[in-house]
Amino acid sequence: MLKILYFASLRERIGQAGEELELPAGVADVAGLIAFLAGRGGAWESLATARNLRYAVNQQVVTRAAPVRPGDEVAFFPPVTGG
Amino acid sequence: MVRIQEADFDVGVELAALRRENPRVGAVASFVGIVRDANEGSDVSELTLEHYPGMTETALAAIVDEARERWAIIDALVIHRVGRLLPTDQIVLVAVSSAHRGEAFAACEFIMDYLKTQAPFWKREVTAEGARWVDARAADDQAAERWRRPDR
Repeated sequence: MLKILYFASLRERIGQAGEELELPAGVADVAGLIAFLAGRGGAWESLATARNLRYAVNQQVVTRAAPVRPGDEVAFFPPVTGG
Repeated sequence: MVRIQEADFDVGVELAALRRENPRVGAVASFVGIVRDANEGSDVSELTLEHYPGMTETALAAIVDEARERWAIIDALVIHRVGRLLPTDQIVLVAVSSAHRGEAFAACEFIMDYLKTQAPFWKREVTAEGARWVDARAADDQAAERWRRPDR
């Protein structure tokens, strides 16, 4: 299983804070997971089109080329605005 | 030390705890971030801070570790509030103790600049025109970029 989390404006647009799903066949990295999720259409397409989308795997910020494996926690979020 | 909390904090109490009457401490530098009542031309009536529990603590601890690696500091404290906040409320405290002021000033500014661009917090503000998510500012990226070392 994969644990997927969405934060801030992305969470609002998609309408959920997260989900669990089986690693889809053929998905090996963050870019592949984005393509899979965006393929659902509707609000999910914003994962592919959002400006400056950030991603973390197991709570570490990574690039789109980072591998994704069963058991990973993958988070998608906009640029941070704390402080 | 890193703390994420909804509750307010007392700067005096926190700075005293950071020093712990340690006679090696010759300097404490601190920064307090506060909610303003205006942003990008709109009146702001309230702010909600969301974060990524778990990653937030890890990211802040890594920033503090990097500050310890770069400067001879004695101790550091980061407190960041989450949840609903109003104008004039305190949002964040960064405090650093060291033997001399230079290290404390530099490490405090570094931690704050990196927190702004790397720690997973998001602000949603309520304005007269409605609620909106705050956009990241290029000036914050530039502030963090100043600290980047060419060898990494």
